[in-house]
Amino acid sequence: MRLARVSGTVISTFNSPIFDGQRLLLCDYLNPDGELAGGYVIAVDVVSAAPGETVLILDEGTGARQIMEVSGGPIRAMVVGIIDEVAISRL
Amino acid sequence: MHLGRVIGTVVATEKTPNLEGIKFLIVQPLSREGEPSGRPVVAADAVAMAGPGEMIYFVGSREAAQAMPETFVPIDHAIVGIVDQLHVEPLPKTQRKAKK
Repeated sequence: MRLARVSGTVISTFNSPIFDGQRLLLCDYLNPDGELAGGYVIAVDVVSAAPGETVLILDEGTGARQIMEVSGGPIRAMVVGIIDEVAISRL
Repeated sequence: MHLGRVIGTVVATEKTPNLEGIKFLIVQPLSREGEPSGRPVVAADAVAMAGPGEMIYFVGSREAAQAMPETFVPIDHAIVGIVDQLHVEPLPKTQRKAKK
């Protein structure tokens, strides 16, 4: 899983049926210290994240389908958590 | 999933039988701002509605095959949606490194 910041939304009418009624968020990947890491992902939102929030991204299909409670479907990236705080130990 | 733009079509007569009837399109991956970014890929059209010029989103790896009616197919990229609207906040101009 990775940290990311919600930066936008994607609206779509014609899509694979698994995305019907789902919110798609465009999220920029972050380093643990909150800097942009480069790269983005479009993820299904199951935690009602808002733009600007730091979130936890799952990018793995089997886990995503488990959350959606489906056995098949082209779903992979998902917003699975809203981050409150990240603490990094500087060793 | 990533944003992409359909920039062409692909026709293949000789192909592995599992690929019969699947429409293939050339997709240019896009950055978050909608600018071309990276190498174009050939993607199967799982929505069967995408055409050249359209902004779409696509999925890669194993999940691409899951987009098709028959899921045990040799596909590594699939178009799974057509973008109607995209709202993206601009990146901050400077990203300062956090002080240690």
